[in-house]
Order: sequence, then C-alpha cells, then structure tokens
Amino acid sequence: MNERWRLLLFVLGALGVAALYVIAFIALPGPDPLRDRYRLAINSRTVPEHNATDAVTAVNFDYRGFDTLGEEFILFVSVMGAMALLRQAEEKKTIELRDAIDASRDVPGSTAIRVWVLAMVAPKVLFGFYIVSHGQLTPGGGFQGGVILATAPLVIYLGAHFKLFKKIVPHTAVDVAEAIGVAGYVIIGMLAFFWGGHTREFLTNVLPMGKAGSPAASGTMPLISLATGLEVAAGFSILLYAFLQELLTKEKPSEQPEQRPEGHA
Amino acid sequence: MIYITSAVAAWLFLIGLYGVVTSRHLIHLCLCLTVVQASTYVLLIGISYRAHAIAPIFSDLPPTTPAVDPVVHALMLTDIVVEATVVALLLAITVQIKKRTGTVDPNHVDILKG
Repeated sequence: MNERWRLLLFVLGALGVAALYVIAFIALPGPDPLRDRYRLAINSRTVPEHNATDAVTAVNFDYRGFDTLGEEFILFVSVMGAMALLRQAEEKKTIELRDAIDASRDVPGSTAIRVWVLAMVAPKVLFGFYIVSHGQLTPGGGFQGGVILATAPLVIYLGAHFKLFKKIVPHTAVDVAEAIGVAGYVIIGMLAFFWGGHTREFLTNVLPMGKAGSPAASGTMPLISLATGLEVAAGFSILLYAFLQELLTKEKPSEQPEQRPEGHA
Repeated sequence: MIYITSAVAAWLFLIGLYGVVTSRHLIHLCLCLTVVQASTYVLLIGISYRAHAIAPIFSDLPPTTPAVDPVVHALMLTDIVVEATVVALLLAITVQIKKRTGTVDPNHVDILKG
C-alpha cells in the first residue's frame, strides 16, 4: 500500500492506542501494601544474606540470575548474527582501502586526537575493570563495565589506523574470550550441583559471602560479573571489527575474469 | 503521581512508531526503533518509583532505608546493552540490503523478486 494509506492507518492505530492507554492508567488501582511485597522482600535481604550493597546487581546475578543468562544469550546470538551477515573472504583475498581520515598512510590523523587517545586509554581500561569488579557494591556490574572496556579498542582505532586495531583485538582472541564469558556463566551456575548442600538448583550462590564492602563479597556474584564483562567487551569488539572490516576492505579482483557464457542465439 | 513518566513513555512510543512508518532510510528506521525501546525504559522506571525512597544502593546508607524497586531496574539495565547489539544486527542487515539491491529506501527495497 502506498505511503498515504499507511500513514492514515498508523494515525488511526495511534489514536486507538492513546485512548486505551489513558483509560488504562486512570483505571489503575492506587498504592496498596500488596504491591510492595517483592520490593521490600528483596531490599531487606540483600545486605544480610549476601553482603551485597547493590540490590540491582544482586537481583541481576543472584535472585534473577537465570533471566540474565537468557539476556546474555540474546547478546551472544546477535553478535553471531551480525558477524555472519558481515562475513567476508579470508584475509589474503582482501586489500585494505585507505582510511577515510588520512590521505597518506604515514600520518594517522590529527595530533589532538592522538594525544587525547593516549591520555584516555589507560583510564578507560582501569575504569572498566573497576566497574566490572565492584558490581555488587556500587552501581555497575558486568554489562556496564563491559561496554566501557569495549570502547578502549575503538578509541585506539580513532587515534591510529585499522592495522593497529587488528593487532590489539585479534579476531580469534576475542572470539575465544566471548565464548569463555558465556560458558563461564553457565559453569559458575553448575557449581551449585556439587556444592549446593540440600538444594542443588542451578545458579544458587554457593561460594563464601565474605565481608560487606569488599570486592570479593557475595559469593558467585563477582565471578559472574567478570564473566559477563568479558563477554560484553568481547562481543562489542567483534562487532566493531566486523563493521570496520566491512567498511575498510574490499575484495581483490580475481586474476582472470570469469568467462560469461554469451546469451542464447 | 507517575502520570508524567507514563505520558512521556507513550509519546516516545508513538513518535518512534511514526518515524518507523514514514521512514525513507533504513538507518533512520533502526534509530527510530531505538526511540521506541527508550520509551519502555522510561515506563519501567516510572513504575518502579516510590516517593521519598532512595536508589537501591546501600553502600553508604543503612540497609533499612526505603528504596525503590530494584527488579525493574535490573531488567532495564541488561536490556539497554542487549538493545545495542540488536541494533548492530539490524545495521548489518542494512549493509547487506544496500549491497544486494543498491538502495536503502525501505519503500524501494524489492527483495522478493518473482
């Protein structure tokens, strides 16, 4: 259908949605004590039971650890899908175009960017590891810290060129790192099968709880956080690698052009 | 109450969908989907809010201070990172569409050739 009809259909649908939305929100019941049961239960138990002062990470990796495992698999599969879509011929069949930024290979971009990159790489890596390892104490955890860690190779590409980026994040290394991240989560969950005591459920928190306020507290939470951070950082690096390779390389023209059969007589 | 956040969420949802429906560039379409996803985050945060309650981090306050709902925050947090990779997947599809059909206008993409 052409554009005007599509727009008209959308406007009718949007008006219907808006009307139902307003009715629904007016008809919502007000605050009643039953609504807060789960929140009060979790908030009152994170510190005494797990020595974790960050209730959000405790929910993510302990109380609802199984859902987070599902989310991690979504991330893994999307990275795999993007990699499959942007897959190219092997290295020796491609030539590397010049970077769009620099006309000659000797000058890798403006000096201001290089100085800034030089100053920022170490704080980024350090800050990323800090956020990942202190997930159960302050706002943070594997997901956020992993993204911060993944910006370090990107920033190095901005300051230098693609060859350096390829050297720092070699493709097999980040592939293996991502796989270790995902498998690590599952293996930590399976620890409960051996040390679970009377409940042998997947992803029970079975390691010692430690002292509140230390990064080694809360049993399996920092380990899961590290595995997740590794997986997210490696996943984003793979995505960057795939997109940059797509943008900056092209296939070598083959030596002999194929002979096309001429049309029918 | 929480009416203002729900109104913002509804507005973001509808305007994002409008962008998807009337889009003429596939990358613009992917980013409008990002706007639609942002509306769900706003709605979730609005639902979890309680008046005069702190964020659910107890590192410097006693663990008995009333805090907002941490479950919804946890859902939202992993979702933001996962959304970024799903948008990357969509952009990879866009690159392939451009390679195969030579156009990025969703009205002119004609993949199912008879």
